[in-house]
Amino acid sequence: MDIECSRLLPSVCAVLVDPKQFVADDTCLEKLLDWFKTVTESESSLLVLQENPCLIELLFHVLKLQDVSSNILSFTLRLAGIFAAHENSFQYLQQGEVLLSLFSEAGPLSRPAWEDPSVRSGWIQGVGSMVQHERAVQFLCDCGAIDVIFSLQGDPSLFVASAASQLLVHILGFTMHSQRAMPLSIQDCDWPLCARMIVGHIEESLCSGTVPQITQALNVLTTLFGRCHDSWTEVLWMRMNPLVGSLLEKEPLMAAHSLVDLFLSMARSPVFSHLECDLWTSSRQALNRLSPTQAGPLALGILNLKDCPQTLRTQALSILLQPLACVLRAASQPAGFPGLLDESVNDSVITDILLSSKSSCAGLLCQTLAHLEELQPLSHLLVDWPHVPLLSAVMTVLQFCSGLATPASSVGDRLCGILIGCFRVQRSALDFLGTLSQGASPSTLVRQVVEILLVYLKSPDSSPTVLKKAFQATLKWLLSLSKTSTSSDLCPQTQHFLRDLFPILQKRLCSPCWEVRDSALEFLTHLTKHWGGRAGFRQALLSSEVPELAEDLLRDPESYVRASAVTAMGQLSSRGLCSNPIGTESKNDEKKSLFLELLEILSTDSEGFPRRAVIQVFTEWLREGHTDVSKDKEQFVTKVLQVVSCDLDWEVRVQGLELALVFLVQTLGQHGTECPYAVEMSSLTQSTLLTESLQILCRVKLFEFIFSALCDCDRPVARKSCDILLYLKAQLSHHGSLQGSGEACTASLGTQSTAWLETTLRKWRARDQGQPSGVADRVDCQEPDDVLEVLRSVDLEGLRGTLAKSSDHIEKSPQSLLQDMLATVGILEENEADCY
Amino acid sequence: MKLYCLSGHPTLPCNVLKFKSTTIMLDCGLDMTSTLNFLPLPLVQSPRLSNLPGWALKDGNTFLDKELKECSGHVFVDSVPEFCLPETELIDLSTVDVILISNYHCMMALPYITEHTGFTGTVYATEPTVQIGRLLMEELVNFIERVPKAQSASLWKNKEVQRLLPAPLKDAVEVSTWRRCYTTQEVNSALSKIQLVGYSQKIELFGAVQVTPLSSGYALGSSNWIIQSHYEKVSYVSGSSLLTTHPQPMDQASLKNSDVLILTGLTQIPTANPDGMVGEFCSNLALTVRNGGNVLVPCYPSGVIYDLLECLYQYIDSAGLSNIPFYFISPVANSSLEFAQIFAEWLCHNKQTKVYLPEPPFPHAELIQTNKLKHYPSIHGDFSNDFKQPCVVFTGHPSLRFGDVVHFMELWGKSSLNTVIFTEPDFSYLDALAPYQPLAMKCIYCPIDTRLNFIQVSKLLKEVQPLNVVCPEQYTQPPPAQSHRMDLMIDCQPPAMSYRRAEVLALPFKRRYEKIEIMPELADSLVPLEIKPGISLATVSAVLHTKDNKHVLQAPPRPSQPQASKKRKRVSDDIPDCKLLKPLLSGSIPVDQFVQTLEKHGFSDVKVEDTAKGHIVLLQEAETLIQIEEDSTHIICDNDEMLRVRLRDLVLKFLQKF
Repeated sequence: MDIECSRLLPSVCAVLVDPKQFVADDTCLEKLLDWFKTVTESESSLLVLQENPCLIELLFHVLKLQDVSSNILSFTLRLAGIFAAHENSFQYLQQGEVLLSLFSEAGPLSRPAWEDPSVRSGWIQGVGSMVQHERAVQFLCDCGAIDVIFSLQGDPSLFVASAASQLLVHILGFTMHSQRAMPLSIQDCDWPLCARMIVGHIEESLCSGTVPQITQALNVLTTLFGRCHDSWTEVLWMRMNPLVGSLLEKEPLMAAHSLVDLFLSMARSPVFSHLECDLWTSSRQALNRLSPTQAGPLALGILNLKDCPQTLRTQALSILLQPLACVLRAASQPAGFPGLLDESVNDSVITDILLSSKSSCAGLLCQTLAHLEELQPLSHLLVDWPHVPLLSAVMTVLQFCSGLATPASSVGDRLCGILIGCFRVQRSALDFLGTLSQGASPSTLVRQVVEILLVYLKSPDSSPTVLKKAFQATLKWLLSLSKTSTSSDLCPQTQHFLRDLFPILQKRLCSPCWEVRDSALEFLTHLTKHWGGRAGFRQALLSSEVPELAEDLLRDPESYVRASAVTAMGQLSSRGLCSNPIGTESKNDEKKSLFLELLEILSTDSEGFPRRAVIQVFTEWLREGHTDVSKDKEQFVTKVLQVVSCDLDWEVRVQGLELALVFLVQTLGQHGTECPYAVEMSSLTQSTLLTESLQILCRVKLFEFIFSALCDCDRPVARKSCDILLYLKAQLSHHGSLQGSGEACTASLGTQSTAWLETTLRKWRARDQGQPSGVADRVDCQEPDDVLEVLRSVDLEGLRGTLAKSSDHIEKSPQSLLQDMLATVGILEENEADCY
Repeated sequence: MKLYCLSGHPTLPCNVLKFKSTTIMLDCGLDMTSTLNFLPLPLVQSPRLSNLPGWALKDGNTFLDKELKECSGHVFVDSVPEFCLPETELIDLSTVDVILISNYHCMMALPYITEHTGFTGTVYATEPTVQIGRLLMEELVNFIERVPKAQSASLWKNKEVQRLLPAPLKDAVEVSTWRRCYTTQEVNSALSKIQLVGYSQKIELFGAVQVTPLSSGYALGSSNWIIQSHYEKVSYVSGSSLLTTHPQPMDQASLKNSDVLILTGLTQIPTANPDGMVGEFCSNLALTVRNGGNVLVPCYPSGVIYDLLECLYQYIDSAGLSNIPFYFISPVANSSLEFAQIFAEWLCHNKQTKVYLPEPPFPHAELIQTNKLKHYPSIHGDFSNDFKQPCVVFTGHPSLRFGDVVHFMELWGKSSLNTVIFTEPDFSYLDALAPYQPLAMKCIYCPIDTRLNFIQVSKLLKEVQPLNVVCPEQYTQPPPAQSHRMDLMIDCQPPAMSYRRAEVLALPFKRRYEKIEIMPELADSLVPLEIKPGISLATVSAVLHTKDNKHVLQAPPRPSQPQASKKRKRVSDDIPDCKLLKPLLSGSIPVDQFVQTLEKHGFSDVKVEDTAKGHIVLLQEAETLIQIEEDSTHIICDNDEMLRVRLRDLVLKFLQKF
């Protein structure tokens, strides 16, 4: 601890214990504790205590004070714990019986402040920090603290209760870890005292027959098996297994969710993952006993495991399939179509849940669909993954939801009534349907998928969120269809689909609901991105009104829609699918070119989203060499940078810098410096070319933009600019262009700050404005030499370091923390004086 | 209590309820679907329609070719359109005391009832219902009267002839009762019989029942009705909506505790969600206009059109339609748009608050101000000068058989650029279009029916819990085209009673109590005795007086004062019964105390047995049983009257007398 801090510490401690003073900012105390933790880890904690007696005084003082505030008491408990973590400090504190007064049953438990959850939490954290050596464990056993922890497991504050359980895990883990030398038996007597107490408590709770206690015990075990993978945990499980087993046999089944968590936590531990483990028997039993909703997460967890018995996997998969099998059976399916599960599987429980109420039906189906969706990527590992029946089942669900299914039984009739118009199920089913596009599906089913997707896309009753999902699923299926097609163009089936799709898309682009217009535009963007080059798609798109409608949406009242329209039009234009190519004025002068229209959005739109979208589109156009941009790249970049430099949104400016970077790389790279096979040019030629490149960059005012960005008050902008300049500097150094020409330059090499740069930029601008506007052959004021001068002068590396640090790095020292605490208290005093 | 069902149309009901001594007609809807069998009435001479070939029988007989014309495989009656009236034979309509109107769509048959059946009662309706109902009637009369048709077809109605006709004419019901439209005079006379009422206003009918209109949320001034006596309550739910549109929200709470709930006027398109349909409407409208096409919206001059104009008000800017003119053509267009703005107290809360700003509650005022919406009484006159294409035209009649819409169908039907968008759910759009076939213009069907759907009905019934539900038979089974949709029917317990046209239902309803008033002087004379805390009893001797369905207990006539000593004897003869009056007993006998009392009085061998209904006290020596039950006590002893009287007196000691 440095001297200055030691000097300030007594005053801070005095402030903390003074009931008249109030530490307004809680985070100060947290920062203080963090600092003490670092201090005690880096130097002798005992020495710190001895050299700063104010700390011990603080502890004593708090113990003496009756009306100490709860946050200070909590702080003290945690502080004591941090010091007691080190054995010698622990002994030192023990001498004064401070620890006993703080952590024993006679300690703060009897105080009114104990009612405050923050104090109880502080106590737990203090104890938790302390348990780093056996003496501490012994102390806790002796002073009755373990019993306090047991009782805190049932604390009304969930944070405290959870912390108490985790503390028990920590203590048990520590105790057992320190006994590692001795081989353990299942017998009680071999275990250390503290472990015996905790394990005994867990056993007692498991046998208690009350749900909260059983849940607490199971949570402790779950955390323990999740965190600790030592061999003794297997011995512990041997003791617990019969108790957990008897829980599984009880009617009704208690703490089902906690049981699921326990089994999953164990299954992920390497200790239990061998195939002979009796965990699998218990899991199998649990799958049988749990209700379908409860069993779902367990089944999913099991199927996600790398190694587990195949029979269990089969059972788990059948649990997940049951609800869909039930739906499939409720609808009439063509004879001979293989179902998801054996007809013999009894699904009366599932049927009861599905038919009991709309919410339970939707809940079970959504959960099942979400689980199966999660499993789909692993389907190649599951030998019995029924891709085709699943596809058929999910379509049946969608048919039920839209009233298209023809029920084959009374169950079907009821399901029909329950599921019609159920958006939740529609969304989940469409998500899953989209995922199923990954597998190989027979063409008859694909036709049905296309039909049902069209129904959802077409239906006026599809809610905006359902429609969005329908668009996403459609995109996935369309892309999967094109993958399977062998020819370079779209297969006839897809072309047919597109013919039906575009009229719908047209209508959706005219929807009065902005969310719908937005998702339709997103869909169009993605589809164009993937298929922009395919003749079938181009033909279908161009024969529809979609491009014109998308263009109209550039003027939509809703900013999100405008942003999506910008992206969509950018994409269409890149692929030459725009009715009005950019850069050229349209046939009739009334209509602006797309570039000008986007530029206008960039300069005038009041919302950030459309402007961000425009600059992204421009960057993309430049990057991929959009034909119309390439015609006059310099003019394009000049105009864009001019507009972006005035933008108030930092994200737009960052993206503008990205565009600048692309242009810079392209301009420098144009001259073949990067190509290893290029004919080696003489250094003179290279330097001429480089100067030419710099002149181009100067002409488009790229440097003015980048240099201004370096002084930007938004850090991400300045960082990006700094990175670009460093890149440029590296490129230039490579060719030796950065070496100064005179003494004056070397003197200022890499020493100037941004303040100097700002002054320089102002001078440039003044020069710019001083130029008579009528001069025809205007020479740009920014000459490459000016730029090189700046690059040489500014300390870019240093700047990058500064910018990388967080904004409060200067104020983060412990010394400033202590000063701050004293200062805020001082202000309080002044205010108090004012009151008189 | 009986319900006479005079209409088979579930959304255009006409029922008569006989309740206590009153006869109440609930709505008088006019089924206009009959007009679909007739040829349209063109405003301007249409060569196409006038040159349609006459229809001939299979055997070539052409005796009907003047009356029936053939168009694209369909046969139409070439005559003034006629309407299917409610049943007039089932009950003598002159006995109807009052007619309760729910909304302006359900009163279109009113002139037929009030003017031609000997009806002498009163009609009750809210002010907007009457005003807008008047507009609808005036529009109808105007549409039909302004294109007089010389010919009136009646041959085809002959039962023998009708049998030979092709469907749907062959299957048309009650064609002999179909009538031509009423006249303006009849409308005025019918409307003069209406008495205006406000929501929650209680109207006494002959002292027997009270009727109250409640907001139903469907249209301006639309109401459900409560018909109740002191102990019975019938709710009549007709055309209600739970959606937030322009009218005041539906009052559900007042429908609670009904003995019978008559449920009519549910949505005609239960599978179409109005929000989705409005979306469809807007998208299709925009797509058509963008391509230079015109949009025709056949509609009523009031109702959904207000909501559509409001949606368009918000939509036109986003869809770039600001320069497209919207025309609303109806003889009552101006009044309808203005009426909507002045009935502020009948509007939803949001619109009501606008009035205080002050702003017009409906944004169509702004559309009119900015010249985006223009309204005209007909296509003649100013309209033809202002008319610009592409445009959107709202005009009637939705049946496409009369009104300005006929002209636009003829004008725009040939171009595939144009679109007709059906928003009114009352007519099948395919049938409506039949006489215009072949048709090149696009047809979009987005029926907007904001009335209750079956999910909402099921929630409503759970909420208000009526003992019995009565509804048209169409609601008790899924629609024929979607027989698997079990969700598209009323599902309640006990199952709803259904009715069909010309059926009489005895409502499952027992009247148990009647309210009787006690005259103050008689009440004064009563001496109540508290038999339990909070419960007092008194005996009353009085004369029950019944007049105008009110029952009153009056003090019995006082015995006249003895006038002469001679007559004294006779007076005492007159009221001999008074002496025989025994006091009434009340209370219960505490068995333990009773046994103690018996023992005190010398009965030593008392035994008590508990029975299912009470106790038996056994006096073994005296061979006597005392059976004490909740409402009776019996002393059974073997002819020992003395003992019985002794025991009786002991029992009586424990009871209160009055």
